[in-house]
Amino acid sequence: MASTTSSVAQSSALKNAAAQPDNADFDRRNLDWYIDKLVQVIVFIGGISAIIFIIGIFVFITREGFGFIFNTLDLGEFFTSPRWRPTSEYKTTYGILALIAGTASVTGLAMIVAIPFSLGAAIYIAEFATGKTREALKVLVELLAAIPSVVWGFIGLTIMNPLIIDIFDVPVGLNVLNAGIILGLMAAPIMTSIAEDALKAVPDRYREAAEALGATRWQVILKTGLPAAKNGLLGAVLLGVGRGFGETMAVLMATGHAINLPDSIFDSVRALTATIAAELGETAVGSDHYQALFTIGIFLFIITFIINLTADLIVRGIRKG
Amino acid sequence: MFARSSLNVKNERVQGLYRTLFMLMTLLLILPVLMILGTLVYKGGSVISFEFLFSEPTNGMTAGGIFPALIGTVWLVSVALLVSVPLGVAAAIYLSEYAPDNWFTRVINLAIINLAGVPSIVHALFGVGAFVLFFGIGTSILAASLTLAIMTLPVVIVATRESLQAVPYAFREACWNMGATRWQTIRRVVLPNAVSGILTGVILEVSRTTGETAPIMFTGAAFFLPFLPESVFDQTMALSLHLYVVATQVPNVPDALPYGVALVLIAMVLLMNSLSIAFRMYLRGKKKW
Repeated sequence: MASTTSSVAQSSALKNAAAQPDNADFDRRNLDWYIDKLVQVIVFIGGISAIIFIIGIFVFITREGFGFIFNTLDLGEFFTSPRWRPTSEYKTTYGILALIAGTASVTGLAMIVAIPFSLGAAIYIAEFATGKTREALKVLVELLAAIPSVVWGFIGLTIMNPLIIDIFDVPVGLNVLNAGIILGLMAAPIMTSIAEDALKAVPDRYREAAEALGATRWQVILKTGLPAAKNGLLGAVLLGVGRGFGETMAVLMATGHAINLPDSIFDSVRALTATIAAELGETAVGSDHYQALFTIGIFLFIITFIINLTADLIVRGIRKG
Repeated sequence: MFARSSLNVKNERVQGLYRTLFMLMTLLLILPVLMILGTLVYKGGSVISFEFLFSEPTNGMTAGGIFPALIGTVWLVSVALLVSVPLGVAAAIYLSEYAPDNWFTRVINLAIINLAGVPSIVHALFGVGAFVLFFGIGTSILAASLTLAIMTLPVVIVATRESLQAVPYAFREACWNMGATRWQTIRRVVLPNAVSGILTGVILEVSRTTGETAPIMFTGAAFFLPFLPESVFDQTMALSLHLYVVATQVPNVPDALPYGVALVLIAMVLLMNSLSIAFRMYLRGKKKW
């Protein structure tokens, strides 16, 4: 019985195979062909989705901030006035200079903390550490990078704040120093892994050539590894800056959130991102204040776009050369 | 044997010095964070109990548990995954299997990098402008999850693309030679060999999405809602936002409570991440080619 069925199936398969050349001049447009084309269209849509979203982000935040930019915005005041008083009864002013100063001071301090440590750690992990130690350090760095920013903000608020008040004998521990350290610790793991990748990407033959000339491992790193990985390392730093610029929850909770042009690292400041996060919930949709917050969003979008673009060009430039 | 010259000795000493210096820097980077985590465990550990995890906040959020926030986070992450995983995998398949090496593909890659680099609060503004207002979804789980999905899309794309590209090209060629179409090759040969790598990326995305706060603040997460969401059009509490709220917005919260919330949040995130890393290492060990 079984053999009969299979022979029937076989003969019909043969018949089909024999019939194919006649009925369609090698036309391969069967169901599978159409499915293939359909899938190609679907994955293409997926592929361009990132572009659509980037454009979408720009279009939708501009759409919300549009009215303000064309009616109320005084560009000179916006960038040069330190007075952000969107709810003033007397006279509302929209100056983001103090907010830019807040973001810049915190990001700057964070980079002073993060750059030496992350580059040092990257060199150690990529060039000195071996075997299990190396794997363990890489995993630790990856886990540190995963700690959510709201947890970092909480750490700034509850652990760093009293620590700074105690050590430096200042009245308020929520300031540039606090947020800078927190942001530095946040950015360092990411910068470490990108910098480590850059060092690992330097071809081994460079190192072998240097070692053959009698260089010690440190000399190899200093004279061949670092120069060859220069652009990747610069890219890592830039991505760290971009991250510092865009960080929201941690700076909202650790800076003290006071509008201020800082004189010292013990002054409280307020960041651009934190201003949006703190005020958006209290504004009426479509009001000047609401649109001004979206205008800050556009500014942030453009700045981070430029930073990311530059980082990518620098890293890619080297890879091609 | 060559005799060690004084120059050799000096060089080796310099090297030893730098080695120690960089090791110390690495440790200085890692140790403070481990100490901070230790403090969280120490101070928050006493709060964690079965009741804390499975009851709702009471007395204006100064007592009780975090159950609605936990469930809300599960809702937000699940809906976000439903959107971002299919989209991200499709994008990765396009980039790995179809995309030619030209300027257009470079633009796509640039867009992905930028999507990952856009500040989370700008994603929040986008979520408000697009999903809450323009598409009229309103502040809801759906709007918040869509915002989260777009924000974490690069994680899925990058992880999936890497695991697709790790499948040897010869596998595809062998399949094409059998007369298979491109899609048949991807479905029967490439994807089965890459699926565990994709899963690693998805777990990583779950971890990222769980911790995000800013994008959900104005799009669907509420400070306090005593009941559980019933559909994607409801608002919900979320663990990350709950930590922000009890740490900064609510007066008279007992000291230990926010530590407990932070501990649960960080435990979830780090657990997911460790799982993803362990899974990746297991796969690397198992790889046959």
